[in-house]
Amino acid sequence: MKRAATFSENFRELGLLVFIVILCAAFQIRNHNFLTLSNIRDLLADTAILGILSVGMMMVLLTAGIDLSIGATLALAGMVSALTVFAIPTISPALSLLEGIAIGVAAGALIGLLISRFNVLPIIATLGFMNILRGITYVVSGGAWVSSYQMSDGFKSLASGTVLGVRGLVLIAVVIFVIFAYFINHTRTGRQIYAVGSNAAAADISGIPRRRIILLVYVIMGALAGLAGVLWVAKFASAQGDTATGYELSVIAATVLGGVSISGGSGKVSGLILGTILLGILNNALPLINVSPFWQQAIQGVVILAAVLTNVIVKRNNQRIALRRRAI
Amino acid sequence: MRREFSRIVRIVGFVAVALTVIGFMAACAKPVSKDYAIVFKNTGNPYGDKQMSGFKAGIEEQGFKAILQAPAQPTAEAQIQIIESLISQKVAAICIVGNDFDALQPVLTKAKTAGIKVFSLDSAVNPASRLTHVNQADSAKIGSTLVEAAFDMSGGAGDIAILSATSQASNQNLWIDYMKKDLQDPKYAKLNLVKIAYGDDIRDKSVSEAEGLLQSFPKLKVIIAPTTVGIAAAGKVLTDKKLQGKVFLTGLGLPSEMATYIENGACPYMFLWNPIDVGYLGAYTGTALVKGTITGAVGDKFKAGRLGDYTITKAADGGTEVLLGPPFKFDKTNIEDWKTVY
Amino acid sequence: MIDRTIRLDRSWSWRSFFFQWEWLLVLIFIAINILNSFLSPYYLDVDTFVSMPMTFLDKAFIVLPMTMVIILGNIDISVGSTVALSAVVMAVSFNAGLPMPLALVLCLVVGSVCGLINGLLMTRFRELSSVIVTLSTMIIYRGIAYIILENQASGKFPTWYSTLGWGSVGGIPIMVIAFAVCAVVFGLLLHRTSFGRRIYAMGSNLTASRYSGVKTGSIIIIVSVLTGLMAGVTALFLSSRMGSTRPNVAQGYELDVIAMVVLGGVSTAGGKGRIGGPLLAIFIIGFLNYGLGLVNIQAQDLLIVVGLLLIVSVLVLNVGFLDRKKRPVSPTRGEKEIQEEDL
Repeated sequence: MKRAATFSENFRELGLLVFIVILCAAFQIRNHNFLTLSNIRDLLADTAILGILSVGMMMVLLTAGIDLSIGATLALAGMVSALTVFAIPTISPALSLLEGIAIGVAAGALIGLLISRFNVLPIIATLGFMNILRGITYVVSGGAWVSSYQMSDGFKSLASGTVLGVRGLVLIAVVIFVIFAYFINHTRTGRQIYAVGSNAAAADISGIPRRRIILLVYVIMGALAGLAGVLWVAKFASAQGDTATGYELSVIAATVLGGVSISGGSGKVSGLILGTILLGILNNALPLINVSPFWQQAIQGVVILAAVLTNVIVKRNNQRIALRRRAI
Repeated sequence: MRREFSRIVRIVGFVAVALTVIGFMAACAKPVSKDYAIVFKNTGNPYGDKQMSGFKAGIEEQGFKAILQAPAQPTAEAQIQIIESLISQKVAAICIVGNDFDALQPVLTKAKTAGIKVFSLDSAVNPASRLTHVNQADSAKIGSTLVEAAFDMSGGAGDIAILSATSQASNQNLWIDYMKKDLQDPKYAKLNLVKIAYGDDIRDKSVSEAEGLLQSFPKLKVIIAPTTVGIAAAGKVLTDKKLQGKVFLTGLGLPSEMATYIENGACPYMFLWNPIDVGYLGAYTGTALVKGTITGAVGDKFKAGRLGDYTITKAADGGTEVLLGPPFKFDKTNIEDWKTVY
Repeated sequence: MIDRTIRLDRSWSWRSFFFQWEWLLVLIFIAINILNSFLSPYYLDVDTFVSMPMTFLDKAFIVLPMTMVIILGNIDISVGSTVALSAVVMAVSFNAGLPMPLALVLCLVVGSVCGLINGLLMTRFRELSSVIVTLSTMIIYRGIAYIILENQASGKFPTWYSTLGWGSVGGIPIMVIAFAVCAVVFGLLLHRTSFGRRIYAMGSNLTASRYSGVKTGSIIIIVSVLTGLMAGVTALFLSSRMGSTRPNVAQGYELDVIAMVVLGGVSTAGGKGRIGGPLLAIFIIGFLNYGLGLVNIQAQDLLIVVGLLLIVSVLVLNVGFLDRKKRPVSPTRGEKEIQEEDL
């Protein structure tokens, strides 16, 4: 006899949610300023860019790929748009965004072509491009930085401007999440992405345009990285050559924490949001809890491991319950 | 069988290549480069680029060739690789801006044994690794200047915090030690150092740490950030939160990065020195060492081109150093001129 | 060996022989040496060839077990942190009074323990991918190193210790000898023991291996311990090269090691690759870096070159195989055709 699945079975990342709640409580006890409105706003603004990137990364991971070049794409897009604003201060911010996205798309398309058409392994293609794009960033900038006084106010307001009290940056991230959730769950192409990652050969035979989907996924990732790049330099009002070095690891962490499988084919948006928020909370709260700075890294690692293990244990529990129920 | 064959072919191929190469080795005469090399901490750093360009100008002024090198990653391991390469090139002198105080000692000792004159600049290496150190400003003076600035900005009393780079940076730690020592002076009794935060010279981490300071210590009056990335990050945070006039910022920063925040009042004034001059002084120190004009001992004198005469003095870390001059103050009156220079 | 003898109905062609990854790497290696000698007069020098390997061989020790890890289909990004923690523990214990030889052993033990923890986490919690496990331990291990040493350096090792990373025996650097020994051991382990065959099996199909009686858990743990052990070896040589250690050493090592393994033709999908490839890749990347450094190429340009090298070499190989993949797979020969692509 069929039974509707319980909430906890559907919500695969329930363990993670419980963990986050407990963690927030612990941080709040440690520092009463944690759950204040101003701190939460800081937290959201600081996590927005991570969120935008993790959306793209989730799509890449769903196809059993990986993208290590996003930090470099971000840096290049940011640097080029900043240099453009410096040269042409009257350029509209929307155009700067488009410029950044275009650079990201170009990078993503090249990577996607290598992977889909020339069968280069994603890790090699993106590792190689990570180096190449980073090198190009240094060359394009001539080693110089673009500083705040060289950026127009309009450009900087991309990140710091507020709409109804909410930072523009956060709004953009939310919109992207909403679009992505709809796309991945309710459109055919979105479901096809899951199929490609789940079983590439079967997808191919079923008539799913596997190569095109893989290309699409990396193009989207590149576009989001380019967008994030413009937002980044606007947020920090500074474009450096070494921007976001190593950031891809944080993005992968946020995505994998959220339950997206690295071997492709599974992962939910709810989990992605939780994973991103957890990482954002850690980055925000660690300076607040007044521990010796030399303990910060170890604490961060332990929290991440604990979160992951909690999730696994809750899942196992659920499976055991479900198994027992079926026995009857 | 086929596998054994292919393996044999491979081995023979390798041996053939190796023999050819060894054959070449004996035949070539190795030139001795007369070049002067400077190794900075990492690439894409405009402060470092200005230092290196000053060094290059000083070297070329004297008729020699300069080699400018910096690794992609700000690690000691990467600098060891570069220094090995410079040793192979038999350069005349190596001017090192160290990523680590101690870790370069073995490779620099090897350079010294090979006859290369080794000295450090800006970020020192330990006295055993170097002949002398070119310091941009007296470390104690940097510390006391910053504490005095904090005292001034806070109105005499209140909470202050320090936002530094990485916890491992030797010059940061030196300045912070001097600041802590100064703060024990009864004059600063009402100043309370609440925290030393590390932004690791990474932009987003520095922002998080700055925001954390403001959240944790609502009565914070002054942030001292003796690092270019940290001070700019703090400046942006204060500007975004519209805290100009309530929380003040000072430290060591690039005029280009800080122009906006000095103009809008978040940072009333800050300090630095001219990196071009530091590099220029380094160039003349190098040539003086190679010529034998100085040996790096206390009391040695030499002329540094357009900068004038310099004397080597004792350094706080037990070695010797040559000081460029006092730190330079940037505020609303002069930032306009300097923001385009570096 | 089994995989070769099945190729009965395909004639051995020169193309299939030479279009193996390792041959391409040999060609690249020779090309780089020729390029380097033309670029700089300082390259063809005995001193250069003695110093050069020591600049990149320290992380090469980790490439050996990492090859196994990647053939298994896993990944380990905690190796840099393991190096740091092992080095820090060794330095601190030596300075606390432990005799240096014992401190060296302790370094290897710490590394192995770090690897063991990785392995235990991966086997006790099979749902977790190796990425997330080693990501967490990467942060934790280095975090522990920071707790121990904070912002201090630790060193002052006995003078004989520096000969490990700087000295030579009979003109050959000690690091080269040590690495050669390790390479032979790992090569034998991977290609001449049943342990190695099982690693390939697990990489090809984990479930099938488990059901065939392969003790997958033990193998994962052993490989993890080996990885940690080699990280300890790296820590030994790195600390000798630097004469001191801090919590922030060996940052970024994991990506360099993975790049070397992957350039060596080991597929991250698992089940494919030989030890020879990564060995060649180590020297290719090392020699290229050093040779271009001799002409003082700027770091940013070097980044582009290495990135291009990685991609172009893979492209060339894939293009070589490209038309073969498009050939229709007939029902009877299909199986053998597929096996052709492996190994």
